[in-house]
Amino acid sequence: MSGGVDSAVAAARAAEAGHDVTGVHLALSANPQSFRTGARGCCTIEDSRDARRAADVIGIPFYVWDLAERFREDVVEDFIAEYEAGRTPNPCLRCNEKIKFAALLDKALALGFDAVCTGHYATVVIGEDGGRELHRASDMAKDQSYVLGVLDERQLAHAMFPLGDTLTTKGEIRAEAERRGLAVAKKPDSHDICFIADGDTQGFLTSRLGTAEGDIVDESGSKLGTHDGAFGFTIGQRKGLRIGHPAPDGKPRYVLDISPVNNTVTVGPVEALDVTALTAIKPRWCGTAPAGPGTYTAQLRAHGGESPVTAELVGDELQVSFAEPVRGVAPGQAIVLYDGTRVVGSATIATTERAAASVA
Amino acid sequence: MAYLDHAATTPMLPEAVEAMSAQLTVTGNASALHAAGRRARRAVEEARETLAEALGARPSEVVFTSGGTEADNLAVKGLYWQRRDADPARTRVLASPVEHHAVLDAVDWLGEHEGANVEYLPVDAHGRVHPKALREAIERNPDDVALATVMWANNEIGTVMPVKELSAVAGEFDVPLHADAVQAFGQLDVDFAASGLAAMTVSGHKIGGPYGIGALLLGREYTPVPVLHGGGQERHVRSGTLDTPAIAAFAVAGRIAAERREDFARDIGALRDELVRAVRRAVPDAILGGDPDDRLPANAHFTFPGCEGDSLLLLLDAQGIECSTGSACTAGVAQPSHVLLAAGSDPDLARGTLRFSLGHTSTKADVDAVAEAIGPAVERARTAGLS
Repeated sequence: MSGGVDSAVAAARAAEAGHDVTGVHLALSANPQSFRTGARGCCTIEDSRDARRAADVIGIPFYVWDLAERFREDVVEDFIAEYEAGRTPNPCLRCNEKIKFAALLDKALALGFDAVCTGHYATVVIGEDGGRELHRASDMAKDQSYVLGVLDERQLAHAMFPLGDTLTTKGEIRAEAERRGLAVAKKPDSHDICFIADGDTQGFLTSRLGTAEGDIVDESGSKLGTHDGAFGFTIGQRKGLRIGHPAPDGKPRYVLDISPVNNTVTVGPVEALDVTALTAIKPRWCGTAPAGPGTYTAQLRAHGGESPVTAELVGDELQVSFAEPVRGVAPGQAIVLYDGTRVVGSATIATTERAAASVA
Repeated sequence: MAYLDHAATTPMLPEAVEAMSAQLTVTGNASALHAAGRRARRAVEEARETLAEALGARPSEVVFTSGGTEADNLAVKGLYWQRRDADPARTRVLASPVEHHAVLDAVDWLGEHEGANVEYLPVDAHGRVHPKALREAIERNPDDVALATVMWANNEIGTVMPVKELSAVAGEFDVPLHADAVQAFGQLDVDFAASGLAAMTVSGHKIGGPYGIGALLLGREYTPVPVLHGGGQERHVRSGTLDTPAIAAFAVAGRIAAERREDFARDIGALRDELVRAVRRAVPDAILGGDPDDRLPANAHFTFPGCEGDSLLLLLDAQGIECSTGSACTAGVAQPSHVLLAAGSDPDLARGTLRFSLGHTSTKADVDAVAEAIGPAVERARTAGLS
């Protein structure tokens, strides 16, 4: 229970369904802030109080579990290391894989609980073979199956998502919270990265990694400007490049490549972002790994659209080609494969192949 | 349900509820001169006399406060300011490191904001301050000591301090000694005059009285600088309209606690011993915290190696057993007990603690419930391990 409206309603629904529910708030910061600032973050003492208040209204026990050290090691440090290596990680997937459905789940199972229940919008169904399948939420606008795409069958067997199987919009969830007397009904949504309270990812990275001036170059290698550290950029980024003069053709320039080795950021026209294929590593399957090539739809970002792909597992690597070129694909991001609404599995993007040229 | 957290708060005695209810139906500010005021004042002064008698003090030595925390703050800060104002050299504060946070944090605050030189006294493996340690600390420079504060009995592990001996040492050097007797009142022979203390804290809701009322027993020669300024009630050291209903009920509970103390210590002590035996039978490597003999009769404190106290709490709570880890939380996260750490415990061990505290409503059934649940709970908590 983060202290937000979704997990509070999820807990209430689970309790109402007759489950023996205990609320757990994760303390993920060693030095939590006292109060929330705006709509960001989820780890303040005030959030913990909001969660406790909701648990008291629902009538369930409530505990705060301190997973700050595990979170720092598995999520925050990984996040920094990935950016330092020129990749773009998604810490929410990482947290689901390593914290919520690993550290938290393991402790819960050891204490005699059967499942971890969260306020994610996704659905778990029993497949034809009796195994657990993860599906998109009934309401596609709210669907969060992407950030759960890292869960394997064992993790899914101990997962409950009470919000996923109802056609619902946020407005209805808030109304339900209100009806249940949960004070969090009016609380703003949390978004952004919970451990970067002010939402300034670049500032956070700079504070951890320092600054290192490097060159911004175009595709031919000509220097266009300088930057304070290649780690501060994301492929597809357009703003904040600080190139004083426009491109000769007057078109906007985008980050095409980040090279941490020589601390160089390459920029170019939007067409150069077109990706036709990619290789992804560390695949995780919700069930058995598919044999041979198959056609799927792929999602590349938390709120991204679907792209038709052909994918095949070759050794440990997932090789994916897109039916139509896609833009804004960065190494480090997760690709989640779907078969209809069913999550097939996920992998971490390692390299991409551009329409124009292959970029590492 | 087995309620075994009486050290946190204990049910109000019916006699106290009755006394409080009676006062709640009538009006009167005890400082007012008219008939209603006189009636309230009479109730307050009778309560003061009753409590004084229960605690071996003079009525004028009873200063009502909003509870134990306020009484501790008034004693520690007020006496520090009084003594330092009289002689600016007196800035040293001697404190046991196993105090309740109401004392500990007040002392630390003096260190951070009022120039106090805070010195924590050494304790033995049971968390006890020895008179010799106090003597050595004072003798290093008797002239710069503002005050000393050592609790009468520890709220977590139950160890009883040698209060009279400590008082005698402090008295030799004219150093005022304060004792937090919140847990001791009703369980030990707490006699303010015989103790030789300068100041002593007691609280209502720990002895079957209401919440929000307590008292500082204060020797008549002390005029601590007030923490709360206002109308000048309570010897001008604690302003604020007197809470007549709570005071009346506190006095009733105090009188009964004193009257029943010996029976309570014998009967509840025997029940506690049974609980200790039952826990040790179920979990042979459980470590009893505090002094095995010279301890609060209603307190049983254990360390369960390899367990998170929080996990045990959750598992027992699910079985209807209500107890405490004994230590404070920071943002809801249980911290290793400062008491155990001060007594030399390993930090990992200090996280796996439970405090069972019995009280006037405790029964054999409560002990049986713990005897049955503790073994499986510890086994499970060990599987979950230390996160």
